[in-house]
Amino acid sequence: MLDPRLWQAREWVTALTLAAFGLAPVFTELASQPFILDLIARLMILAIAAVSLNLILGHGGMISFGHAAYIGIGAYAVGIPAYYEITNGFLQIAIAIGASAVFAFFTGLISLRTKGVYFIMITMAFAQMVYFAFISIEEYGGDDGLVIETRSEFGGLFDIEDTTTFYYFTWVSLVAALYLVRRIMRSRFGMVIEGAKGNERRMQSIGFDTYKYRLTCYVIAGMICGYAGALLGNFTSFFSPEMMDWTHSGELLFMVVLGGAGSLFGPVLGTAAFVLLEEFLSGITIYWQAIFGVLLILVVLFAPGGIDGFLGRLGRKR
Amino acid sequence: MFKRLMLSAAAASLLAMPAMASGGHDKVKIGFVTTITTGAGIIGKDMVDALNLAMDDMGGKMGGLEVDLIVEDDGFKPGIGKQKTDKLIKQDDVHFITGYLWSHVLLASRKTALDSGKFLISSNAGPSQLAGKLCHKNFFSTSWQNDQTPMAMGEVLNKKGIKSIYVMAPNYAAGKNMVAGVERTFKGKIVGKDMTKWGKDAQLDFSAELAKAKASGAGAIFIFYPGKAGGAFIKQYQQAGLQGKIPLYSVFTVDSIALPKLQKGKLNGVLGSLNTQFWGPDLDTPQNKKFVSGFRKKYGRYPSFYAAQSYDMMYLIKSAVEAVKGDMHNQDGLRAAMEKANFPSVRGKFSYGNNHFPIQNFYLRKVVKDADGNWTTTIVDTVFKNHQDTYASLCKL
Amino acid sequence: MDWGLLITQVLNGMQLGVLLFLLASGLTLVFGIMDFVNLAHGSLYMMGAFFCATLTEWTGSFVLAAFLALPLTALVGLAVEIIVVRKLYRRDHLDHVLATFGLILVFDTAVQFIWGPAGTAIPLPEWLDGRVEILPNIEFPTFRLLIIATGLVVAIALYWIVTHTRTGMLIRAGASNRTMVSALGIDIGKLFLGLFALGAVLAGLAGLMIAPITEASIGMGNEIIIVAFVVIIIGGIGSIKGAFVAALLVGLIDTMGRSFLDSFLKLFMSIQNAETSAPAISAMMIYILMAAVLAFRPQGLFPPKGR
Repeated sequence: MLDPRLWQAREWVTALTLAAFGLAPVFTELASQPFILDLIARLMILAIAAVSLNLILGHGGMISFGHAAYIGIGAYAVGIPAYYEITNGFLQIAIAIGASAVFAFFTGLISLRTKGVYFIMITMAFAQMVYFAFISIEEYGGDDGLVIETRSEFGGLFDIEDTTTFYYFTWVSLVAALYLVRRIMRSRFGMVIEGAKGNERRMQSIGFDTYKYRLTCYVIAGMICGYAGALLGNFTSFFSPEMMDWTHSGELLFMVVLGGAGSLFGPVLGTAAFVLLEEFLSGITIYWQAIFGVLLILVVLFAPGGIDGFLGRLGRKR
Repeated sequence: MFKRLMLSAAAASLLAMPAMASGGHDKVKIGFVTTITTGAGIIGKDMVDALNLAMDDMGGKMGGLEVDLIVEDDGFKPGIGKQKTDKLIKQDDVHFITGYLWSHVLLASRKTALDSGKFLISSNAGPSQLAGKLCHKNFFSTSWQNDQTPMAMGEVLNKKGIKSIYVMAPNYAAGKNMVAGVERTFKGKIVGKDMTKWGKDAQLDFSAELAKAKASGAGAIFIFYPGKAGGAFIKQYQQAGLQGKIPLYSVFTVDSIALPKLQKGKLNGVLGSLNTQFWGPDLDTPQNKKFVSGFRKKYGRYPSFYAAQSYDMMYLIKSAVEAVKGDMHNQDGLRAAMEKANFPSVRGKFSYGNNHFPIQNFYLRKVVKDADGNWTTTIVDTVFKNHQDTYASLCKL
Repeated sequence: MDWGLLITQVLNGMQLGVLLFLLASGLTLVFGIMDFVNLAHGSLYMMGAFFCATLTEWTGSFVLAAFLALPLTALVGLAVEIIVVRKLYRRDHLDHVLATFGLILVFDTAVQFIWGPAGTAIPLPEWLDGRVEILPNIEFPTFRLLIIATGLVVAIALYWIVTHTRTGMLIRAGASNRTMVSALGIDIGKLFLGLFALGAVLAGLAGLMIAPITEASIGMGNEIIIVAFVVIIIGGIGSIKGAFVAALLVGLIDTMGRSFLDSFLKLFMSIQNAETSAPAISAMMIYILMAAVLAFRPQGLFPPKGR
């Protein structure tokens, strides 16, 4: 994997994309295009969320239609302490990950007892509960959202108020999330998760308590996504419940599928394609969502495996 | 094939950006954030139409400089509105960030806009926070502070001898201000209150709330429902049989956007109903005559107050650019000029308070038929003269 | 206790419930028999409303327009089935969710393109626009009563079709065992096409019934469709009876929450907070109900037999 001589299209694209993200600040500085840096930073944060969704969706076969809730939990874990002028980033991130874990554990406990479309709908229901819960809390802005006046502070180690520092913080986070998911999927734990997706009964009959494995996986994915939410809260300096309603969960699903569910790097490519297209199309016409919709349908109908599937085929041809 | 398409699209967007950002300071660049899509897009359209009319009237120039107008759609979402604000700052490098139909979008965008050192001008939203504690030297309003219009309505209710009201408004920043406003001046009792879901999935069926209002025995119903929710509310108010039993008093609900629809729906009960406003299409000032007749000629309909404020915003900027003789680097000069409010306003001469909100009159308006049979409003009384909002004292400017 | 208010609110809740039933019944049929998750069902609801609005303007009669709008909505349903949905039956639920999510975007944009962003009101004829005195001193809007009546008639008709006709037999058989129906030599393709069109008509009917109260507007189906999904999950996928019971339950909970929850909340929070959080909490109760039902009866309240 780390030997470039063995690389095929898929590996080249992965390496080049990450390198391009890593070098983007140089380009945007030279071209004085600070907005593009913002765009890529947002893209990478959403990519972390997509990677975490892919862990349960692509590898574990758990179609969560409520993943945006964790983004909300993570963002409010930054926003609410900041509201009380608690700006310690380590603490905020710990709250984001911890609260996401707790939420994932209790909702997973119930959701994972269901199968198929019931699972899709119950995860959505739990996410809607979080959505309405934050709308109902007047103190933290309710439906109007919460302005995060100060970004997380990391005790002088580094300062994410600086755009470039924040950008690299995000970049490192993305690489770390990818590495973490890769490690998980290559471990025995990952094998069980992947096996339970294909044939749960068989895994059970050879003695694995798949329910526990899946629950653990579900909690890990929630924690990673909660972390992404903490980043997003810092990035936008603002969060409102609307940013975690069911359409955003749907968008995360789209990013994963567009990139290729079940592949490690696919979700990053899917998110990149999604965010750049959205930015590009919405600049051309106010009717851009129709183009987006048609594209979504075409991808589902004619491009199973998404971008990663395409790269895989490209690799085989050589 | 698919992937190649995506890459070329991405590349095209990256290439297109530098071209847009160039141009330096030989132009006046105005970014305008409003709602173009969703059902609220109709309001945004009225505002943008007014901007284009102003551009026509000015010949596309302010103080000899060409004007670049960049309109962005917030999709009725504070998150998107803030994202578009960031884009206007970083990509388009505008001089003035303007627009803001919704209070919650403005509150979400405030920090980045002001941190960038640019001017932020609201041509509609007037949340209490920005008038008070969060006021800023670079923030201006060409509309009003949210509380003022309902405060005027509270006075009207007192004069009419109404003893109790039932209050309904959408549950967002402006809705809360509107309720606070009427509560401040109304001397009677508030027997019930409902704050309903707002945003792109706003509640439009008010059956349960109307039943409560009816049972409450209130002397009047006070509502604030801008855009399409207003039409829906008035219709259901009539269907529920409250017409003639509990009179309806509204702010920002019965306007030039709602009236044609209400007329089409034959909701005759609206004729004669009262609302308060800082402006009306029949307000007798030279600039207003020019604006209203120009707007009607160009678009074939009455302008709304949203349009009037946006039109004023353009003239406010023009007066500032002229005062500094086109030197867009002269931030202090631009600010000082705007503080004077030395421009022909559709509402007539007004002055700015310390918090940069207008000190202005508020009128009582009545819904009538015009000479051609179109429904419109006419000013029947002046409720407040040179009224300043209550939050100005909290502003440390 | 104000009994007049209580009765009015029960009727309001029923009206919302019946509306949800009209949407959910089509959804549950398509879902139960074709195993197809159709998020774009709400778009058909919106199309029904917009067709009716335009036709009312052209013909001058709401009733006539309503009868003309239904076949038009059916046509849209047929087109959607033939162009997109048909190709997805063999795919998994994720593909259904994504493709129909795409359809929503297409429909919403198309409506903005054709009808503009403003939305369109539908004027009612005088005889529908008034009120009926249902009990002494308790008046209720005629049109809302008509919605309740329409919903009940549709519910009875659907129940009769499902239990007493050959098509109904196929539907029941399909809901519990799909392969068996095809084994019977039935043209499954035609059955699915017909069912999808029926679902479209029911959704369109719901849309054009609510539009005279609110108005036809962009994205009007996007929130209610989620609630309709909640309804069919609570009721049991594929069950008309379940959809009916669950729809009324959800409609009543939502309306009662909006009417009485704020006075209840005022007992232990500030008036201001109670006013603003009551609507959100009553919306949340629906999802809590669903999670509770799924936790204890994972197949819903009335699961079709043999599944």
